[in-house]
Amino acid sequence: MTSAITLSGLSVVRSGTTVLDALDAEIPAGAITGLLGPSGSGKTTLMRVIVGAQRITGGSATVLDRPAGSPDLRARVGYTTQSPAVYGDLTVAQNVEYFAALYPTRRATARVDIAEAIAAVGLEGFAGRRAEALSGGQRSRVSIACALVAHPELLILDEPTVGLDPLLRAELWERFAAMAADGTTLLVSSHVMDEAAHCARLLLLREGRLVAALTPPELLARTGAPTLDDAFLALVREQETAA
Amino acid sequence: MSTVLNPSITRATAVRVLHQLRADPRTIAMIVVVPTALLTLMYFLYRDSPGGSALFSRIALVLLGVLPFALMFIVTSIAMQRERVSGTLERLLTTPLAKADLLLGYAIAFSAAATAQAVVATTVAAYLLGMETAGSVWLVVLIAVVDAWLGVALGLLFSAFARTEFQAVQFMPIVVVPQIFLCGLLVPHDAMPGWLQGIADVLPMTYAVKALQEVGAHGAATTTMWTSLAVVAGFAIAALALAAATLPRKVA
Repeated sequence: MTSAITLSGLSVVRSGTTVLDALDAEIPAGAITGLLGPSGSGKTTLMRVIVGAQRITGGSATVLDRPAGSPDLRARVGYTTQSPAVYGDLTVAQNVEYFAALYPTRRATARVDIAEAIAAVGLEGFAGRRAEALSGGQRSRVSIACALVAHPELLILDEPTVGLDPLLRAELWERFAAMAADGTTLLVSSHVMDEAAHCARLLLLREGRLVAALTPPELLARTGAPTLDDAFLALVREQETAA
Repeated sequence: MSTVLNPSITRATAVRVLHQLRADPRTIAMIVVVPTALLTLMYFLYRDSPGGSALFSRIALVLLGVLPFALMFIVTSIAMQRERVSGTLERLLTTPLAKADLLLGYAIAFSAAATAQAVVATTVAAYLLGMETAGSVWLVVLIAVVDAWLGVALGLLFSAFARTEFQAVQFMPIVVVPQIFLCGLLVPHDAMPGWLQGIADVLPMTYAVKALQEVGAHGAATTTMWTSLAVVAGFAIAALALAAATLPRKVA
């Protein structure tokens, strides 16, 4: 397994509070890794470290063989924030077009890429609509399209499926799987354990600590729990009694 | 490399900001019409008073510099404030876009709007309202455009100190109004107390007004006019450089 991301002893302390506590983890290349844990467990902070938006207090984070935040990573890593960061007063197509233009090395295929990215999130019929006129779920799909359009090697998606209907959610996961099959590395966060089944590997985070790093079948086998939700609970309780 | 400006990213950013402006026709209308409407109001205010037309010429000339500065300051600081609050700024800073691309993109887009504003206001003042200047009205347009750049640059800078749009609006009285008081419009520079002259001397609007008054008084462009205009442009460039420092890619 080659690693796209390596965390070693990674800590983040923000105004006196330890948000991430000495994390050690490997995130495999060309696969979907799920970052799971309750809200407030440090998922977003970890993602912000990986994209270079968050200062590290201790340890290190290596992304595609570079220290996280290296300028040359910006063209290779895509990121969507939890709340959709798009321009409400621009149309869907204008939003995607602008984010495509931020990657000048990909200009040759930009036209095709824009249409393809909009289609990938199922918004073909809405390309000419302003983002602010769309529903919350549609807006977060615009935000995902803005990340897809640049074909990043590593895609960091913070809760991309929140507020989406089941059909669309399934379609997006299929899309992510196809991207992983093509060699893209995806790190997808969620606080819903159901989504873990779509991931090749899971990082379970709680209160800034890594509870476990394993595959979904391993998680079920290790805990003997019937569902992934129960398995996560079992794991947390197991650790609490051990502590 | 993403630390240096990339012309195609700068252009894409300027086009994006112009698309956003175009999506808001009311703002465009206000940018273009408001200074002209205010000058027209001023015209009727002075029309019937003794010596009114000379007074109008003097005040209108100064306002042609002050109004684009004030309007562009407020438009820009709110636009940039929105970019910070909506999360798009943080997202942009994780892409290959350089800070200079973003700031120049904004400056170019708003300068286009400011130029339209200056051309309309100056044309109306000179040809319909009878504003008289010894020098060319096109020099007035040029100075008005540079003043608008200054407004854009200071707006980009001061938006960093505002957490909300309400605060951004409050920077108007703090940054813009003292400059209007001290720029020589209300009281000539030489008639102010010495310490106020000292403050006025470090405010860019003072130089903008000096440049405009040179055009008002002299048939040909003077050296004082060019140096004053260069000082205004220098302030704008310094403000843009400082604004770049207010865009951290990484937060603690």
